[in-house]
Amino acid sequence: MTGVVRWAFAGLLAVLAFGLASVVLQIPGTGSALRSQVMAQLPQSGVDHAVTAVLLNFRGYDTFLELVVLLLALFGAWGLSDSIDEAPLDTDIDVLTELVAFLVPVLIVVAAYLLWVGAYSPGGAFQGGAVLAGAGVLLSLCDPGWRSRRVERIGEVLLVPGVLVFLLVGLASMLLGGQFLEYPRDMAGSLILLVEGFAMLSIAVTLHTLFAGTPRFGGGA
Amino acid sequence: MVGMTLVSWAFDIALGAALLWLAWRCLFTRNLFESVVLFVAFGLLMAIAWMRLEAPDVAMAEAAIGAGLTGALLMSALARLERPRTGQEEGR
Repeated sequence: MTGVVRWAFAGLLAVLAFGLASVVLQIPGTGSALRSQVMAQLPQSGVDHAVTAVLLNFRGYDTFLELVVLLLALFGAWGLSDSIDEAPLDTDIDVLTELVAFLVPVLIVVAAYLLWVGAYSPGGAFQGGAVLAGAGVLLSLCDPGWRSRRVERIGEVLLVPGVLVFLLVGLASMLLGGQFLEYPRDMAGSLILLVEGFAMLSIAVTLHTLFAGTPRFGGGA
Repeated sequence: MVGMTLVSWAFDIALGAALLWLAWRCLFTRNLFESVVLFVAFGLLMAIAWMRLEAPDVAMAEAAIGAGLTGALLMSALARLERPRTGQEEGR
């Protein structure tokens, strides 16, 4: 790279850094009006935790599209990757398999707990899904083919319900007289749990598939 | 009380400095494997920083997704970069 180009880049980066810094400095602190609005509407959201209320109720549309983006990202990754040799990690170390055998059930319980506790305190579908996916990654490290043997097609089928259930709940709330994703008030809590439950499964399978690579459609693994 | 404030200030400054240093090393180290490890370490410290900012939700997501799964994804990408593709003629 020639000197002039370098300096031009440096100048552009400096402008970018300056812009970012000035934006950050303009972020209003805890005194912003949104906080009090959220707190005022919280009793009607169906959950007791402000972050979950925003993510799954007030701004449910954003979270819905986030799930769609995650799915599209996976499709993109599938399009790019060839089927890759799944060489097992050559470890005959008992410590690894013993540890994973112990950890995976614990991680499943932790994920379910995170999902459930999201209604009251920090937690929720994304965190739970990530923990489940982590369990899957650990299993894949010990035994790369476990998913294609154990669950065959179910794993791939589970990619979809996160988006699908969210969409159906949104359409159902339209049928019941609200806007898209405007849950009926007395059912909001259970609907959020339903949406989050399926979202957690789909997030977990999506993240794990991103790690484990392309499924071999058509042929047995 | 003043002592506690000083300790938490010192902690925050050390945390911020460590984050900047890890980010720098992660971007400029030559060894890609080292870079991934530094990225995971960065994610974990970042989770602590989110806790210090009283954002436990973000901290949890950062630790699980940012450090854990992204780290695993980067590792597998690295393994695929180093291993030649199968089923095609080897080499270029």
